[in-house]
Amino acid sequence: MARGMGKRVLLIEDEPNIIEAISFILSRDGWTVHTHSDGETANDRIKATPPDVVILDVMLPGKSGYDILRDLRADPATAALPVLMLTARGQTRDRELAEQLGASEFMVKPFSNEEVLAQVRTLAGG
Amino acid sequence: MVSFNLLIAVALVYVAFLFIIAFAAERRAERGREGWLRSPMIYTLSLSIYCTAWTFYGAVGYAARSGLEYLTIYLGPSLVMIGWWWILRKLVRIGRSQRITSIADLISSRFGKSTPIGVLVTLVAVAAATPYLALQLQSVTLSFAVFAEGSGQVWGEQELASAALWVAIGLAVFTVIFGTRNLDANERHHGIVMAIAVEAVVKLCALVAVGVFVVWGLAGGVGRTLDLIDASPISDWTQPGGRWVGLTFLAAAAFLCLPRMFQVLVVENADERHMATASWAFPLYLMLMSLFVVPIAVVGLNLLPAGSNPDLFVLTVPLAEGRNGLAIFSFLGGFSSATSMVIVSTIALATMVSNHIVVPIWLSSRGTGAMVSGDVRGVVIMARRLSIMGVLFLGYLYYRLSGGGEALAAIGLISFTGAVQVLPAMLVGVFWRGATRWGAASGLVLGFAVWMWSLFLPSFGADAIIPHSVMANGPFGIEWLRPQAFFGIDGIDPVIHAVMWSLLLNTGALFLGSILTFPLPMERLQGAQFVNVFEHSPNARSWTQSSAHAEDLLITAQRILGAEEAQTLFQAEARSQGKAGFLPDVTPGFVEGLERELAGSVGAATAHAMLGQILQGASVSVEDLIKVADETAQIMEYSSQLEAKSAEQERTARALREANEKLTALSIQKDAFLGQISHELRTPMTSIRSFSEILREGGMPPTQQAKYAGIIHDEAVRLTRLLDDLLDLSVLESGQVTLNQQDGVLRDVIDRAVDAADNREGALKIDRRRSEEGVELSTDLDRLTQVFINLIANARKYCDAQQPTLRIKVGRHEGRRVVDLIDNGSGIPEDKQGVIFEKFSRLTDDRKAGGAGLGLAICREIMNRLEGDITYLPGQGGAAFRVTLPSVE
Repeated sequence: MARGMGKRVLLIEDEPNIIEAISFILSRDGWTVHTHSDGETANDRIKATPPDVVILDVMLPGKSGYDILRDLRADPATAALPVLMLTARGQTRDRELAEQLGASEFMVKPFSNEEVLAQVRTLAGG
Repeated sequence: MVSFNLLIAVALVYVAFLFIIAFAAERRAERGREGWLRSPMIYTLSLSIYCTAWTFYGAVGYAARSGLEYLTIYLGPSLVMIGWWWILRKLVRIGRSQRITSIADLISSRFGKSTPIGVLVTLVAVAAATPYLALQLQSVTLSFAVFAEGSGQVWGEQELASAALWVAIGLAVFTVIFGTRNLDANERHHGIVMAIAVEAVVKLCALVAVGVFVVWGLAGGVGRTLDLIDASPISDWTQPGGRWVGLTFLAAAAFLCLPRMFQVLVVENADERHMATASWAFPLYLMLMSLFVVPIAVVGLNLLPAGSNPDLFVLTVPLAEGRNGLAIFSFLGGFSSATSMVIVSTIALATMVSNHIVVPIWLSSRGTGAMVSGDVRGVVIMARRLSIMGVLFLGYLYYRLSGGGEALAAIGLISFTGAVQVLPAMLVGVFWRGATRWGAASGLVLGFAVWMWSLFLPSFGADAIIPHSVMANGPFGIEWLRPQAFFGIDGIDPVIHAVMWSLLLNTGALFLGSILTFPLPMERLQGAQFVNVFEHSPNARSWTQSSAHAEDLLITAQRILGAEEAQTLFQAEARSQGKAGFLPDVTPGFVEGLERELAGSVGAATAHAMLGQILQGASVSVEDLIKVADETAQIMEYSSQLEAKSAEQERTARALREANEKLTALSIQKDAFLGQISHELRTPMTSIRSFSEILREGGMPPTQQAKYAGIIHDEAVRLTRLLDDLLDLSVLESGQVTLNQQDGVLRDVIDRAVDAADNREGALKIDRRRSEEGVELSTDLDRLTQVFINLIANARKYCDAQQPTLRIKVGRHEGRRVVDLIDNGSGIPEDKQGVIFEKFSRLTDDRKAGGAGLGLAICREIMNRLEGDITYLPGQGGAAFRVTLPSVE
């Protein structure tokens, strides 16, 4: 059942319970999960140890997920990195903005665990 | 004979009486019933501090020694009062428009708010006043000695000295109590003015009573008195006219320049129209004071043995005739004269010393300047108290050193001559825009030096300080520097010589210095405002638009004016600009007004320096200078109609701008609000859904299972609380809330809030004054408690101090009861203060704090419903909220 096969996911999220839930789901599937809670230093963290997939929340302390995404896409080193955006604001405008900025996938909270898993698998495989 | 103890008792009862009068007047003024405290009569009577013990006792001695010459001392001030329209009116107008606290402040302010000029004038004033203070101590002590002698003890130097010390201590206590109650020297000292008005009446009545007794009781009527006067040498016209003119001029100048006269004439003046009354009433008072001087002198000379001190005739004549009651009355008159002069003089000097010397030194020694922590008011008041004691101590010291032996009149004239060195700087500064600070400084220094050399130092007697050979041949044999014959011109009366040369050289240096040096921008501005004080409103700006933060200004203002007064001032300005809250836009006009308010407490120079530090030198612009230089343009510009219109437009524009910002913000807010609700609801739901899916799959150890179930539970609670808050807020906003009116006491409400605010670990220290909290309330107490719970919980959550402390204090603001909750954390940045009462405006993204950012929004809605208010109170150091309680009918 384990499909992760040691691939690395970086979860950028500041809500402790959500971190716990996603970490649990992905670890159980064989992924190595790293977490990061601060928006301001997120880009540095990604550049220092590039993961296979990034899961990026929008509302972060210090710097918003949209800004982080914009900086990632502007940097050639990370321009192609698969990014799954997570947001609790489910308006169409949010989805449009995420797509415009170059998010690989976009999910609205609350999500089903299966769905997250499927998305991450797709992104890592693609 | 009167027993000495009886005299002491009478003096003490009299002093107690003055205390009561002063207290009553202060209380009356505090309750806002100033009424007759501000009448022209009180003003006139307060001017009578011009008549000191020198006048009361000394005039008779003066007449006995030099005939009618004593009249010059009354003539000079009378001329000034009669001609008040020309000089005095201008000084008073300037004093009010610039909130001048003392004569040093006036001159420092005129010359560009210069601190060194203020120091210089203060030093001159203190040096000149010290002998005069000594003189008052001496006269009171001597009058005690007369009575002591009457009851059989002859006082030696020891007794005299200790009596003088006690008098000085007593006066210091009285002056500290009534002279430093208000910091604002510009606010009138009602208690003291009232007490000296009473003393004015007492001394006049006493002198007239002695005069009536002498004329009708001893001499046997008016005709007989005139015969006696004719027969006496006093009536001989022996004085040269030059000395008459010189002394009259000196007295007139001193009337304007003596710090104590400036205090009552200008600083304590409540209404310019009072001068019109005083212009005839005060000369009348002086006339009555001088009416019986010659008869008393003549009868005294006839009656008492040769060699008696004529300075004490007012006491010794009634005593010699066995009229003890009259003698005591007369003693009280002299006592009144001396004490009232010392009290006012000390206040005036202490204000100068503390504002121009002590506070600037203290501020610069702190290095950080205006942005000091703590309350500057405490320092200023302490400085003023110490200065009062210091000044009195100097007087006492001079009395001890000079041996107290001189004729009263001589000391008086020496002191006058010193004080009038300020005259050129003052008058020229007020009438000529070209005068510069270098001119003023060189004039002051030169005049002061000439006074010291030619009059003050020689007054200690031949060989005491200046050796006899120097007096005769000049220093190092330089003939033209002989102290009493400058430039080799011999044979002038020493006092007239000193007055003439000191003022001549002083004025000369002032003009020369002014022509040779160039004024600073600030001097030009102040010069124009002083010289043209009647022509235009004080509108030339000394501050340009600056980016200073209103909050920094508020912090400084609070330290000087006190929290309540500063907040009221700022709020009023904000309101007049059409803004809500405590922080107005920092316009040049506002800063200027604020500076003037502060100047009323600490003097113009210090106030300017303190604000300058905050505004970082954003002073006087080139445009402002052009305005000042170009008179015609100025007149056009100040056409008041234009100004009113543009001010009105500006107000409207500001209100519109704010309304527009609000509208734009509202529509953005609506979107943001929906997004926020979505976010706040979805976040806990995410955890709940995710973990319930995990649990459903099963197959994990029971401890982990329990942990995940716990998370689901907590998030469900959080969700419920959020929904509760949202519902609460929407009910409050829609106005459909039913209030449950109850009666109670604020103390119980706060008690309940403190218990309920989840502070069990005691992490937040709460500092309360329970005794102040006995405020009766009639409102929805549960809702009010909810507000306090919220504020206390916020402090617990967000206060980032090492030892978080929340101060809860109850006060009054604009007539309403307010509760301030102030923590010691880093507070809320100025740009965020406007949004904290908005929904979901969490300043940190710190979700662990647990709220959704609705607490303060709910608080605001509740307070609106209860018809109270809640605002952020800037400038308190930490985060501070002011809850304005619902008013109780």
